[in-house]
Amino acid sequence: MTQLLLFNLFNGLIIGAFYALMALGLSLILNLSGVINFAHGGFLAIGAYLAYTLMPYIGFWGALAVAPVLTAGLGLVVERVLIRPLYGRDPLYSLLLTFGLAFILEDGTRYIWGPATLPFAIPGWLSSPLSNTLFFLTGYRMFMVALVIAAVIGLFLILNRTRLGMRIRAGTLDLETVSVLGINTRILRNLNFGLGIYLAGLAGVLAAGMLGLQPTIGSTLIMPSFVAIIIGGLGSLPGTLLGGLLIGVASGVTAVFFPSASEAVIYVIMGLVLLVRPRGLLGEEGRF
Amino acid sequence: MTTINKRGADAAVWLLLLTMPYWLNWVGGYTSLGSRVLVLALAAMSLNFLLGFTGVLSFGHAAYFGLGAYGVGLTIKYLVPNTLIGIAVGVIAGTVAATAIGALIVRLRGIYFAMVTIAFGQVFYFIAYRWNSVTGGDDGLSGWQRVPIDLGFTTVDILGNDKALYFLVLVCFAVAVGVMAALLRSPFGRTLLAIRENERRARFLGIPVDRHIWLSWVISCLFVSLAGTLYALLNNFADPHDLRWDQSGDFVIMAVLGGMRAFWGPLIGAAIFVVLQDYISSETANWMSFIGLFFVLVVLFFPRGVFGIFQRRAAR
Repeated sequence: MTQLLLFNLFNGLIIGAFYALMALGLSLILNLSGVINFAHGGFLAIGAYLAYTLMPYIGFWGALAVAPVLTAGLGLVVERVLIRPLYGRDPLYSLLLTFGLAFILEDGTRYIWGPATLPFAIPGWLSSPLSNTLFFLTGYRMFMVALVIAAVIGLFLILNRTRLGMRIRAGTLDLETVSVLGINTRILRNLNFGLGIYLAGLAGVLAAGMLGLQPTIGSTLIMPSFVAIIIGGLGSLPGTLLGGLLIGVASGVTAVFFPSASEAVIYVIMGLVLLVRPRGLLGEEGRF
Repeated sequence: MTTINKRGADAAVWLLLLTMPYWLNWVGGYTSLGSRVLVLALAAMSLNFLLGFTGVLSFGHAAYFGLGAYGVGLTIKYLVPNTLIGIAVGVIAGTVAATAIGALIVRLRGIYFAMVTIAFGQVFYFIAYRWNSVTGGDDGLSGWQRVPIDLGFTTVDILGNDKALYFLVLVCFAVAVGVMAALLRSPFGRTLLAIRENERRARFLGIPVDRHIWLSWVISCLFVSLAGTLYALLNNFADPHDLRWDQSGDFVIMAVLGGMRAFWGPLIGAAIFVVLQDYISSETANWMSFIGLFFVLVVLFFPRGVFGIFQRRAAR
């Protein structure tokens, strides 16, 4: 029983780390531009499929490095062409646009790569368990956690040690003043969007290795990301990280006691948080 | 639009709807397609009561749509094979759930409100999905069908006769739409518009905003669950997918496509959506991207939807 609980707890942490990675990208975009990016899952799928296509040429590690960058590039174009015109309008419209975009991205991947599940080959040495007693610690899961940690550290460094990061943080607090100070906020929002999508692409490559590659991979994962943000609190990146881990663990632990409720439990938690403390665990008051 | 024009437009719409089974085949459609348009139009118009006229976005309306669907299905399958009772049960189930949930969530706004509606929707979805023994799980609730309505002096064979079913749907649609229109014309409806335009000012005027939003929410969910019952009757089937947030998203798309600010907008939106879906899916498997693309173009260039194009012309 303890073995099972430990297994699920650990599994949950890993899944949670993964949710957190995706949710961080979403959160970045939401905090600065106020855009609720329903298409985030679609970009995740594109990242995964691009990695799949590139792998025969540059191997797993090459794909891991390049695919998210390409996805981010697509994100930059999308922001410039589709989302920028909507900044002046009611935030409802950017939500609706990304919702429509999600349809296009999902169906686009289905069109280009086919509806069937594709095999995603991860390097052999990653998929074997690391030890015989702790059999669930496969190399790939450890690698995922390591990569998420690296990505979070990287994000933290970018946000706190670079000029771009400083401007993003300032823009999150007061975009208008940042603009008045002479920063080109259009480019800032564009780059920030690209950064968020980079994280989505990265999460996509990881997800493909873990869940298998199919066109619906994006729409399956987008909701838990939103839940993570809401639970952690809008406007707070550490909150998003915490939210992701929390729902991963909750889902994992529930799988031990009520297996059929393990997917629903994250929504129950979100509902509870929204009713009891709407701003989320680490969120700021009056954000929306 | 002047009053005369508006009445003329309303009359034209009703005329078209009353005669739809007769001209629909002629333009390449079929009667149950027309029924489907009406049902989804009802759902979209109910959503728009909340979205377009009160200014509150919900992505969880599918939950009550699905409750209506499962309500009628479960009633006919396990309780009493009577269509009208089934519809009543479905509507009551959806409305009671909406009343309770609405009371809890009405103090939230914006994206929080939308997300919590999704949360409840997803919980219902997972219940329907997992409770295999009762709801049939992923396979949906099948093994039942519409029961011809025995009115005493005559039996309306909605099972075998597509036209009969269409007219049943039309009657329900007419009642629902009539009530919604009457409400929107009343002082209550005007208050909702005021809340949409500027909630803070409405509050300063002493309007109990939360209570109005709650009422608008309940009315909206009541009619959406009615649409759900009709949808299940149409298909002889209740699907857990009817409860998912992307089904809610479809309703939002229909409302925006047709025009959120116009009363008949969602009807046009639903018609476009269903026709596109039907037509394109027979040509290619990628109808989703077409609808998505169409929707993106509408959001970018025609935010007031199809009706917005007409309204702009009329204003000149």
